[in-house]
Amino acid sequence: MLQIDCPWCGPRDETEFSYGGEAHIVRPSDPDATSDEAWADYLFMRTNPRGRHAEQWCHAHGCRRWFNVVRDTVSYRIEAVYRIGGQGPGGSHDPA
Amino acid sequence: MTQPRRLPQGGRIDRSRELAFSFNGRPLQGYAGDTLAAALLANDVRLVARSFKYHRPRGIVGAGAEEPNALLQLGGGGHTLPHQRATQVELYAGLEAVSVNGWPSLEFDLMAINSRLAGLLPAGFYYKTFMWPQRFWGRYEHQIRRAAGLGRAPMEADPDRYDKTHVHCDVLIAGGGPAGLAAALAAGRSGARVILADEQAEFGGGLLGSREQLDGRPATDWVKAAVAELRGLPEVRMLPRSTVFGYYDHNLLTIAERVTDHLPPGISAGPRQRLWRVRAGRVVIAAGAIERPLVFGNNDRPGVMQASAVSTYLNRYAVAPGRAAAVFTNNDSAYRSALDLLDAGVEVAAVVDVRLRVDGELPARVRAAGIAVHSGYALVDVQGGKRVEGARLMALDSDGRGFSSAYPVGLRCDLIAMSGGWSPAVHLHSQSGGKPRFDETLAAFVPGTSCQAEVSVGAARGCFDLSGCLQEGFEAGAAAARAQGFEARPGAPMPAAVIIAQAPMMPMWRVPSWRGVKGPKQFVDFQNDTSAADIALAAREGYRSVEHVKRYTALGFGTDQGKLGNINGMAILAETLGQDIPSTGTTTFRPPYTPVSIGTLVGRTVGDLFDPLRKTAIHEWHVEHGAEFENVGQWKRPWYYPRQGESLDQAVYRECLAARRTVGVMDASTLGKIDVRGPDAAEFLNRVYTNGWTKLGVGRCRYGLMLGEDGMVMDDGVTARLADDHYYMTTTTGGAAHVMGWLERWLQTEWPDLKVYLTSVTDQWATVAVVGPQSRGVLAALCQDIDFAAEAFPFMAFREGTVAGVAARVFRISFSGELSYEINVPADYGRHVWEAVMAAGAAFDITPYGTESMHVLRAEKGFIIVGQDTDGSVTPDDLGMSWILAKNKDYLGRRSLLRPDSVRTDRKQMVGLKTLQPGFVLPEGAQLVDDPDAAKPVPMLGHVTSSYHSPCLGRSIALALIRNGRQRHGDVVYAPLSDGRIVRAEICDPVFYDPEGARQNV
Amino acid sequence: MSESPRRESPLAGVGSQPVVGDAATVRLAERPFRGQLNLRGDVASPTFVDAVTGVLGGPLPVQPNTVADHGEVRIFWLGPDEWLIITPEGAGSDLKTVLQKALEGIHFALSDVSSGQTTLVVSGPDAGSLLSKSCTLDLHPRAFAPGQCAQTLLAGSTVLLSRLDRAHGPEFELVVRRSFADYLWRCLADGAEEYQPA
Repeated sequence: MLQIDCPWCGPRDETEFSYGGEAHIVRPSDPDATSDEAWADYLFMRTNPRGRHAEQWCHAHGCRRWFNVVRDTVSYRIEAVYRIGGQGPGGSHDPA
Repeated sequence: MTQPRRLPQGGRIDRSRELAFSFNGRPLQGYAGDTLAAALLANDVRLVARSFKYHRPRGIVGAGAEEPNALLQLGGGGHTLPHQRATQVELYAGLEAVSVNGWPSLEFDLMAINSRLAGLLPAGFYYKTFMWPQRFWGRYEHQIRRAAGLGRAPMEADPDRYDKTHVHCDVLIAGGGPAGLAAALAAGRSGARVILADEQAEFGGGLLGSREQLDGRPATDWVKAAVAELRGLPEVRMLPRSTVFGYYDHNLLTIAERVTDHLPPGISAGPRQRLWRVRAGRVVIAAGAIERPLVFGNNDRPGVMQASAVSTYLNRYAVAPGRAAAVFTNNDSAYRSALDLLDAGVEVAAVVDVRLRVDGELPARVRAAGIAVHSGYALVDVQGGKRVEGARLMALDSDGRGFSSAYPVGLRCDLIAMSGGWSPAVHLHSQSGGKPRFDETLAAFVPGTSCQAEVSVGAARGCFDLSGCLQEGFEAGAAAARAQGFEARPGAPMPAAVIIAQAPMMPMWRVPSWRGVKGPKQFVDFQNDTSAADIALAAREGYRSVEHVKRYTALGFGTDQGKLGNINGMAILAETLGQDIPSTGTTTFRPPYTPVSIGTLVGRTVGDLFDPLRKTAIHEWHVEHGAEFENVGQWKRPWYYPRQGESLDQAVYRECLAARRTVGVMDASTLGKIDVRGPDAAEFLNRVYTNGWTKLGVGRCRYGLMLGEDGMVMDDGVTARLADDHYYMTTTTGGAAHVMGWLERWLQTEWPDLKVYLTSVTDQWATVAVVGPQSRGVLAALCQDIDFAAEAFPFMAFREGTVAGVAARVFRISFSGELSYEINVPADYGRHVWEAVMAAGAAFDITPYGTESMHVLRAEKGFIIVGQDTDGSVTPDDLGMSWILAKNKDYLGRRSLLRPDSVRTDRKQMVGLKTLQPGFVLPEGAQLVDDPDAAKPVPMLGHVTSSYHSPCLGRSIALALIRNGRQRHGDVVYAPLSDGRIVRAEICDPVFYDPEGARQNV
Repeated sequence: MSESPRRESPLAGVGSQPVVGDAATVRLAERPFRGQLNLRGDVASPTFVDAVTGVLGGPLPVQPNTVADHGEVRIFWLGPDEWLIITPEGAGSDLKTVLQKALEGIHFALSDVSSGQTTLVVSGPDAGSLLSKSCTLDLHPRAFAPGQCAQTLLAGSTVLLSRLDRAHGPEFELVVRRSFADYLWRCLADGAEEYQPA
């Protein structure tokens, strides 16, 4: 059971959160100009790395904010949490 | 004579409190302070179990969590517990214990024939034998399980209460022996929040069973003072009878506290057990070490025990487990047991030590006491069946791999105290993600690099001298507190122990076999009857990985999870494979450290408290009026309201006809409701719904369909425009929370520029749906400030007014196809308004109806229910709802509707189905095929999603998703049912009733 | 309809029955019918902040998980742009009207949720222990003091928890959605059995 440091509320038990999958997936700005392949990539394809993974979580039973977490998928250690629009380690960030 | 093996004095038992108990029906006596095992040994009970596979007689081996044999069934009825370790069960008056194995009795076990057939029952026997024919496995399994005797699960409901709690602390200390107590003192004095948990009833760990001295006084005096000081510290929580059994991510640990297990059943003193979920800043593991057995012939005979356990029974319980003992060892620590035996008046026949040179301080004391020490010898066989009657020893050759003597010599004894060295309890460290490493000097695995905020101290780290344990415990406790921001505060220093130098041990994983394959079995894992030969066989058969050998031989399985056998077994594997132990590796320890009752894991979330039950403001009325309920998500919703003697079908028939002919009323409060506000609210709705919202006038409502980004239908509902910048959205009952999260996610992550606020108001409003041709009359009787005339208050409009004296929002919408109004009032007034509706409707014989009738009414109209008629793979077009897809704007999911898979012409499409036999109601989920006699696999067309008897049509109706269904109206398809019947049905339009929609527009 | 409408708290069925007596070390009670407004707005907007401060007689709590008391009005931080305003019984709708007027022309949202949630009070020396049976939050006074609040999961229900210690001992308030109130009450009453004198 993880303990996640909500950027607003501080450390809380995993049960208060919902998981949103990989972070920094950008919705194509012009879906009509997006090829079927690129759209499918946006919809379905995820990196699923062994190790450091940027992902979205929502403090669903708390402040209801979505935010980003960098978590190691092997050790489950959480390296960083940062708000939407904020800068994560290694320069990962949300679209402007 | 009662308690023949009880020593006349000593021990930590209360001789003034004699406790009567029974074992296999035999009445026995013990004392308060005994464990069940101690009391059994005091009564000279040697045979306590039959082994798992060979049904060999077995006795008590240990004195703690590692006990592999003395696993007994306790108590009766719903209170009974199987497989309890007698070594950890506190004796109480009236305790009833029985053996779990042995048929017809423990003393005379017919299955012991397995022991004679041992040659036919090698490792992997079951895998090899019962493979074929596969369909017989069920029968084999039943017989094997019966023979194996795993204890008896209670058949009755558990009468006991269990509890669960969550705590946070700065420092959790697992183990209350000398190192744990020292750590707790250092951390506790600093003011940090400390939890000290120990599996025993008393703190003190191994000191309770030893004759160690601290500062020249019995070590137990120091224990008493330390415990008293800790109890006086307000931020220190002491948890005796509490096993730290799990170490999970982010320093979450679980503790099973046996709150009242030590009391006779029926005494009401709180829950039976309590699960503690602890989020700890730092963890100090002071779990001690487990003494390893030696692997030699017939080493499983009742009376062969860990040397340390022998000392514990002598010193702590004043029980002499035998009259004449032999000590068999490869290290110095067992010599303490020899001295303990001697001082307790037990004859020590000899100490047999595999080391050629034995010149330590403890052996010198033993020799000085006149006890024979046979160095360079090993026990090769044990005589006796149900109890030890003697042992045989042989001289080892110089490297310990063979013998220098040709024949064994006999030794008369009825107790063998063995010690193969010590294994630090690395279990919690391993569970935390640490990888134990092999220490050559100790010949044991010790904790490796920490992956979480934990440290092992004392014997759990491989430190076996008392002063060292106290010192490193104290330092670790102080360091852990400091890391949490608490500075050390002064207190009494740690006391000094007498330091006795110990000579190095000599690894002896397996005594050479005296007669090769004909020699007696040398057991490695007592609980699973795994012998040294089994492991060697597994290696010869090609198993290399320790994980595979474990599964093939059962080494390390069972309730003790290899606490005694694992290290010996792995070392034997390494030897057989000709490699060293570190490269052979160790298995990963997983929770729980010792077995935990299911009840403890469940806690109080049973029965009605299993999961939240959500109730509407009108719930109690439904209960009072005999409603049957169904669960919809977490909600309890009225399903139907049977009158005297009515079945579900009869009640639904009556309810549906009332709604179609006069008036019905339904509690629709469970729908999700969201206030959508802000200047960009219309734009926001345009993006999340497939249709347009800009032109919807204030005071009007519109149905909306919400898609996932994959284009599949996700939710639906009616949204009203309350003001230019204010919409009131409804969602499905089950989808409310998900939709709210979904909408917030888009606002927060992708569209932060949109000025829109969402507020969930699901619980604020009670919703009373008044449905049917007479609904207008009911509303008009209750509300004077709204004009209900058709032209003044048209379909898909809403009005604000006062209903039954309560400020209300009334929506003229319909999920039944009838004229209907949904009255929304603040939920505090929900029941009042409902009762007012019932009173006003009495003149029309207003009929409350539940979810079942609601389903029938909407299915007659071909209205979908998201989640029933859709399953996450259905597009709007599949449902025949392309009319709701706006062409001139983007919305979530739209691009996916253009994907090649979404525009396939052979997608499954929503259709109606009429069985050719009108009275037959198809089961929901029934598969549909064109030709039931087609060669297998029969091509599937789709399945039935909704199916009912329609009272107003007088026949069955169904909705189905069928491949290319819209082009196939009029075709007959087949539904082969699980009972063998094949039902024919005609594909038709999904709107069965009032296709023009005239009835709701009156 | 001549009679005045009858209202009912979500715990009307169970809340009136004293499941836990006065002799126990933990007590349960409902504080029904308080005025409750959910407010959303942008604290970066001075006009919003000034208007709200003017009406409430003091600022909104902007520190996460804190409470501000202005006279008889309590304001709970729910999120960076969301607050719950609790008023004494009957005062909610007036305050809503005043706030709405003061905020005219500003982007905000104000929803009356007085009927949608109720307040449970858990008090007594073992109040914290009782709550910890169903809640993973750290309720030690060092971690959760008067003046703090937290939205969390308690017995499977989302609650807004705050601590209000009184002279006679710890007291916690739980604001819970109406539909969960009955379940939550039964869970707490079940867990409280242990603290009842035999």
